[in-house]
Amino acid sequence: MNTAIGKSVRRKDAWDKVTGKALYTDDFPISGVLAARLLTSTCAHARILHIDISKALGIKGVKAVLTGADCPELFGPLLQDRPALARDVVRYAGEPVALVVATDKPTAERAVRLIKVDYEPLAVVLTPSQAMAEGTPLIHKQVNGYKKLLTDIYPEAGTNIASRYRMQKGNTAEAFQRCKVLVEQRFFLPPSAHLAMEVRTARAEISSDGSVLITASSQSPYSVRKQLSEAFLIPAGKIQVRVPYVGGGFGGKAPVMLEVLAFLASRSVGGKAVRLTIPREQDMASAPCRMGLEADLKVGVDENGLIQAADLTYLLDCGAYTDISPYMTKAIAMDCTGPYHIENLSCDAICVYTNHTYVTSFRGFSHESFTFCIERVLDMLASKCSLDPLEFRIRNAIRPGSLTPSQVECTASLTGDLTKCLNNIKQLAQWNGGNAVPIKENTVRAKGVACFWKTENPPTDAISGAMITFNPDGSMNLNTGVVEMGSNGQTHLAQILAEKLQVDADQVHVVTSVDTRTAPEHWKTVASLTEYMAGLAVVRAADDLLEQLRSNGSQVFGCPADEIEVANGRVFSKKNPEQFIAFKDIVQGYKSQQGESIGEPVLGRGGFMLKGLSMLDPQTGQGKTGPEWTLGAQVVEVEADLKAFSYRILNASTVIDVGKVINPESMRAMIAGGMAMGISLSSREAYIYDQDGIPRLPNLRTYKLMHIGQEPDYRVGFVETPEDNSPYGLRSFAEHGVIGIPAALGNALAAAFGRQLVILPLTPETIWRTPSEEHV
Amino acid sequence: MVKYEGKVVIALQVNGEAHEVAVRPSDLLLDVLREQLGLTAAKPGCLNGDCGACTIMLDGWPVKSCLMLAVEAEGHVVLTVEGLNGTAPIQKAFVDADAFQCGYCTSGFLMVCHALKTQNPLMPKENIIEEWLQSNLCRCTGYQEIRRAVRLMYEST
Amino acid sequence: MIPFNFIYYRPDSLQEAADIYSTLQSKGQKAVYFAGGSEIITMCRTGSIQPKAVIDIKNIPECGLLSLYNQKLQIGSVCTLNQISESKLFPLMRLACGRIADHTNQCRITLGGNLCGSIIYRETSLPLLLADAEITLYGPEGERTVPLRSVFYQCMQLKPGEMIVQVQIPVWALSARHYHIKKTANEKIDYPLVSVAAICKDSKLRLAFSGICSYPFRSEQMESALNQQTKSFEERVKQAAELLPEPVYADAEGSGEYRLFVFKNTLRQLLEDWDNGKI
Ligand SMILES: Cc1cc2nc3c(=O)[nH]c(=O)nc-3n(C[C@H](O)[C@H](O)[C@H](O)COP(=O)(O)OP(=O)(O)OC[C@H]3O[C@@H](n4cnc5c(N)ncnc54)[C@H](O)[C@@H]3O)c2cc1C
Ligand code: FES
Ligand code: FES
Repeated sequence: MNTAIGKSVRRKDAWDKVTGKALYTDDFPISGVLAARLLTSTCAHARILHIDISKALGIKGVKAVLTGADCPELFGPLLQDRPALARDVVRYAGEPVALVVATDKPTAERAVRLIKVDYEPLAVVLTPSQAMAEGTPLIHKQVNGYKKLLTDIYPEAGTNIASRYRMQKGNTAEAFQRCKVLVEQRFFLPPSAHLAMEVRTARAEISSDGSVLITASSQSPYSVRKQLSEAFLIPAGKIQVRVPYVGGGFGGKAPVMLEVLAFLASRSVGGKAVRLTIPREQDMASAPCRMGLEADLKVGVDENGLIQAADLTYLLDCGAYTDISPYMTKAIAMDCTGPYHIENLSCDAICVYTNHTYVTSFRGFSHESFTFCIERVLDMLASKCSLDPLEFRIRNAIRPGSLTPSQVECTASLTGDLTKCLNNIKQLAQWNGGNAVPIKENTVRAKGVACFWKTENPPTDAISGAMITFNPDGSMNLNTGVVEMGSNGQTHLAQILAEKLQVDADQVHVVTSVDTRTAPEHWKTVASLTEYMAGLAVVRAADDLLEQLRSNGSQVFGCPADEIEVANGRVFSKKNPEQFIAFKDIVQGYKSQQGESIGEPVLGRGGFMLKGLSMLDPQTGQGKTGPEWTLGAQVVEVEADLKAFSYRILNASTVIDVGKVINPESMRAMIAGGMAMGISLSSREAYIYDQDGIPRLPNLRTYKLMHIGQEPDYRVGFVETPEDNSPYGLRSFAEHGVIGIPAALGNALAAAFGRQLVILPLTPETIWRTPSEEHV
Repeated sequence: MVKYEGKVVIALQVNGEAHEVAVRPSDLLLDVLREQLGLTAAKPGCLNGDCGACTIMLDGWPVKSCLMLAVEAEGHVVLTVEGLNGTAPIQKAFVDADAFQCGYCTSGFLMVCHALKTQNPLMPKENIIEEWLQSNLCRCTGYQEIRRAVRLMYEST
Repeated sequence: MIPFNFIYYRPDSLQEAADIYSTLQSKGQKAVYFAGGSEIITMCRTGSIQPKAVIDIKNIPECGLLSLYNQKLQIGSVCTLNQISESKLFPLMRLACGRIADHTNQCRITLGGNLCGSIIYRETSLPLLLADAEITLYGPEGERTVPLRSVFYQCMQLKPGEMIVQVQIPVWALSARHYHIKKTANEKIDYPLVSVAAICKDSKLRLAFSGICSYPFRSEQMESALNQQTKSFEERVKQAAELLPEPVYADAEGSGEYRLFVFKNTLRQLLEDWDNGKI
């Protein structure tokens, strides 16, 4: 019987969030806390000739002014290429150049505005292809001189290439010969923003014994600890990182940036508590953003409409510093073809520096970007073959026995069931072949389909953990390192625990804020792996609890432990279920009527380390980076005004194979939210840089997100093909709603307007500018 | 005539209580609510009037507190989410409709919705609801749940 | 957060306001009239202005009027866009106000602030220009009431220390047939690519525009072109576009060519609707 799994259990954070009681990082009291503000670069690429901080230091209330000279350390999770404050050169407009600490925010900001920096502009590099061209200025003089933290990062000396990943499978040259239909296409996707509604922020203080306390809006408290420990040679145990509620992350709060600056700020004032706040403008231009992408794709199909070969080049625009981009590049290579059976493949995924704001993980971890390209090509092929694009996808769908790009053999457990997703979405989206349908004069409706799949790219040794204690009323407290930033992971974990103990989910309380001192390490709240990794840890912790409960029970009832059952908040013997002990009487040990103490207090713990993952072979790409895949199909329907080039999105559908539905309502909402983000980013979002690499005033006035009223009807369907090794068969889940939407929208609009849309965002002006093509 | 220079003490009527706070004339209402009165439900999201996370009610109408000086609030009635006391129909409606994920935009939406109901006790047309709610941004949800919450708010009374 | 300090004045009369302004000016200190504050606060925050003092004019009775008087609608300069809409007195103005910024901001943005603001669109000017509105100004040199078009070209041409007290709209405009259309790049809540307001007077269309050039304007030449009943829509629109007072405005919201495309489409649609009696 299910007590908690599969139920729309209410969010654990619900009432906190509607009463204003949910505290986010900058909501904590500020009395006695100093304020830090940043000065950022006004040039995209320049030598710093001189920084004059004398006027700033002269302001009453200013405690310290820091520049790159005060911080020689370099940072980065993979390649240490980034200074906390620019040293000698700035590499993007918005790069932190100086940091002021003062008694309060206004004073700090006044001082910031009095710092004078002399720059000598250098030539700027603004696109990946420009960065790759012969004779282009180097953004980093010695890319191969930086320290690598993982071995599979391959910077290429004397170039702007930070890393490269290759996939080679079969023989593409030969296979292309057999193809009846070929599509070769170039794509361009600009960088864009995460735009979590909560701007990134951090606080730091250092005690007199050198202990460091960081409070931050972060998806990665344990990485904050690790990076600070390694950079400043502080024992990790002396660093405590606290993360309260996080106001949206979407990958943008996975990197470690403001935490380091806050630490430096506190250190510069003798360890006093300091809060670093940045305005939205800096959150957009200075903190890392979403990747840009250029792609060159060539895919061929035989006379039966089967894809024979693909030759794919993806250039990821990582901006001025790498952060996690090499792994996003690797992620592109891993899944580069989309979920299709393709035997002959050659793929180059290259991570390239430019003078853009540096980038980091974004919901979908690069999949939302490359999927646009490959899925647009699939539609072009289907059209050339005169096939229904959805049927064309079914024909080529990955299936048990297929090899993924990195030559992992697919099984139902490993990859799930794409064909079923495609078949189910026909009904959900009322698929009608994908052709434009006239509605009235100059108006048509059209649907576009796209598939997605995604595996993960954690370090091969990523870990998670869970600890459970009981309350005197028999309810439980669940403590994990999972950050609550909206994805509802903590509630889902509570459901897994409740199910294991056969109690109602109400009986599980969650520790909502993460504290690295008390919560067991969870790698990062990213990559949709919360329920998978932390879920396995919870299952183990629950097993641990059950074993202890059985042991207590066997001592009370005087029978073997394997005769003891635990369910509905009771411990009893299978042989005599009528006679039971309620949790509240046994979880802290049992006291008999005579006062005798029996058993021990029950405390659960569980740990989990990913196993069986490997690095990729540098030549062929063979290897496995994540435990499994999650895949699905999406459809977007548009109504297009052919004369005005405007359009309305009518509905967006997703059918996703989640392995097991843990919480129907919250998972539906999460997928809908992903679709909303996909629509917003592909229809209107982009950083626009001028020829000097300066982004247009980065704020929400001009950078438009979708408002209410533009949203379509969202439809979500689930397929459940269990994953053999996970709790209750679930697959990694959270980000996926976003991935195929840009492509599905692009396909719908291409069908509606008869134009080959190959750049994002798909604004009416973009469509208007694209020359029309007869044969779309 | 009023003239305020340097730090001044002003009287603010917030959530039914009278407060005296020392402010600079250039202090934003949002900052004073959050940093001096400890009312942190209203959130900074853009400080530019674009996101609505800082929305409060002023004399029954929604106002973005990042685009208002604290001294301007003198003599007016300010209401924040804390002042809804967990009993406003919109709060329960938000919980029942699952109208948030990260929750950061929630306070702002709650105040817009509460103001909508204050000004339109009967459910207005969908386009009016949209017009009001277009003042706010949510990056997590697809807005459908928020619409549902507005409907539930009206149905509950 | 505004990092610097300023002095805040809240005068109770026009005279007081102008006096404060003059006194500060004589000391070489910069003061600004402060209405909804939405623009001033943003500009102070980002550092593009740093006034020594702000003079909040919302307490001045004459600036807050909103009523019909003597065959005219008076709208005080500190009336918010929302108050103007809710009054339902001037339908075309209501349409224009309803599309500026968003509803919550409309509860703060004032008519005077929109007309005097540095954001180039000043969309409330369109209905006023079409309606032959008059405007009352008050400054250190006293009060004057003049046709709006004599002081609004491209932007408000105020004398130092002068402020808008109110505008007066003749009643014919309140019931005239009218039309308003605002086209944005993609999102509804946005600055206009093209905003067009039209009103019908003596069976002729009057038109005013924002977004298409770097300032809002009414053009009688373009009106003549568009009112040529004998010519096709296509020809009229083409002629009107050629009569734009300056090259088409371009920015990241929309390139010049695209704006022009949208502009022409919008005019066509307007003429069609006019022809079909939809206006
Ligand atoms: C989110 C957002 C979106 C916007 N979108 C649009 C849009 O689409 N279209 C559009 O037209 N505008 C738009 N605006 C601009 C908006 O209309 C301006 O912010 C408005 O001009 C400011 O009005 P305010 O009353 O807040 O003025 P304030 O900020 O108080 O003042 C603005 C300027 O006007 C002066 N001023 C104000 N009142 C008077 C007066 N009575 N006499 C003399 N001078 C005066 C002030 O000194 C100041 O220089 C938008 C603004 C925001 C915040
Ligand atoms: S913070 Fe006020 S509107 Fe965004
Ligand atoms: S719930 Fe996260 S922004 Fe709305």
